[in-house]
Amino acid sequence: MSTLQSLDVLARSATTVPTPQVRTRAPEVAKLIDESKCIGCKACQVACMSWNDLRDEVGDNVGVFDNPTNLTPKSWTVMRFFEVEPEPGGFEWLIRKDGCFHCEDPGCLKACPAPGAIVKYANGIVDFISEHCIGCGYCVKGCPFDIPRISATDNKAYKCTLCSDRVAVGREPACVKTCPTGAISFGTKAEMVAYGEQRAGELQERGYQHAGLYNPEGVGGTHVMYVLKHADQPTMVGLPAVAAISPMVAVWKGVAKPLAVAGMVGAFVAGFFHYMKVGPIEDKADGAADDQPVKEDAR
Amino acid sequence: MSPRLLRRYQDGERMSHWLVALTFVLAALSGLALFHPSLFFLTVPFGGGQWSRFLHPLLGILMTLGFLVLFVKLWRDNRITPADREWRKHALRMLRGDKAGMPPVGKYNYAQKVVFWVMVWSLLALLVTGLLLWRPWIAPLLPIDVLRAAVLLHAVSAVVLIAVVIMHVYAVIWVKGTSRAMTRGTVTESWAKLNHPQWHQEVTKGR
Repeated sequence: MSTLQSLDVLARSATTVPTPQVRTRAPEVAKLIDESKCIGCKACQVACMSWNDLRDEVGDNVGVFDNPTNLTPKSWTVMRFFEVEPEPGGFEWLIRKDGCFHCEDPGCLKACPAPGAIVKYANGIVDFISEHCIGCGYCVKGCPFDIPRISATDNKAYKCTLCSDRVAVGREPACVKTCPTGAISFGTKAEMVAYGEQRAGELQERGYQHAGLYNPEGVGGTHVMYVLKHADQPTMVGLPAVAAISPMVAVWKGVAKPLAVAGMVGAFVAGFFHYMKVGPIEDKADGAADDQPVKEDAR
Repeated sequence: MSPRLLRRYQDGERMSHWLVALTFVLAALSGLALFHPSLFFLTVPFGGGQWSRFLHPLLGILMTLGFLVLFVKLWRDNRITPADREWRKHALRMLRGDKAGMPPVGKYNYAQKVVFWVMVWSLLALLVTGLLLWRPWIAPLLPIDVLRAAVLLHAVSAVVLIAVVIMHVYAVIWVKGTSRAMTRGTVTESWAKLNHPQWHQEVTKGR
């Protein structure tokens, strides 16, 4: 999405000065996806391509319902289908609508080297400002959920915007509006957490004893959450066992930056002062002046 | 009377050195630009972020090709020998500018050899990790944790290489008469006697 001069930017990639945040009264928003209500109809995928005016390549049927089989630069959400056996003999068919989680602590934004290519708004939406994107792929490395996709055509990264343009004018994301079973809801983060916990409780009463809200603390919580039937085993539906920014990315974009700059600047400064204190090594035959100091001056 | 000159580098060595030097500066600037936000302005002379991202790997590959030539020509002279240990013991004395107390050295002293080998290993690490990270060609084929490790190692190796190059350039500024070895290919005899007496003996034998 292009910037709409929203004046509510809480974080901006590769930026060391304050962001425009004069307008930060917006409540934090969240989308809640209830796995137990999803029927896998893919209306959300259609709504996403419709609202965002995206037309992905028509792919091939690979023998399962996943179509397209993965997120792409032009498919910002996909339904993923899982055939699982949480308990022996207890076959279940689980469907997860995949897409950006809009992390409170976004790994993509932390990793991004291009100023303003990724922003986080006061309402919690993490958006790619694609005209600033340089196509380096650092966001892919920063993301704990394997979401950003880089276009081979324009070398820009793309992902779900949580319909930041719709939300900015008080509307719900396109997928939420479309969902025929009410599996996707949208509201303030607090409302969605409360509703998700209520739904998890209802599922627990109906025998899904490990049902729960997926709002991973490792990234400070997310603005897209799930109600999972088996929240104790997120890997069953392709979610990471530990949803957090990789320690390697944290070191690379954390302590390594000031240490490296200090090291390189330090080498310069050390050389400068060494020269000023010790002076050059030279041979008198090469024309150097005899500058042996008087004894008491040599300190 | 002009001083007698001794040849220290052949033209092939000098030209590969300068190819490495030029591509190093460009690769370092375009890389640093993407490493720290306060250095992003360094993308400007390259034509912006997209251009820096595109040019950086090409510059890096040119640099390693140039260094390969240097390596083939110079590695024998940079083998660390028992005599280097003696020099290492006195290295602090050298840093204080007390040249007289240093054991005589051949073509390269211990510190120069260390600089050479740190450059070799950091360049090798940069080449391997850089190839892994190369978008859109190689990176998309690899598991994400390999890429994360590569990007961290790439940054660490780059900082090590840059620090060593700063030392390398400083040594040339510090030891007067050194730069002409690379700009002209020759050094004065008195420079050789002062800084590399054993090498001086070797090259003046029978003259």
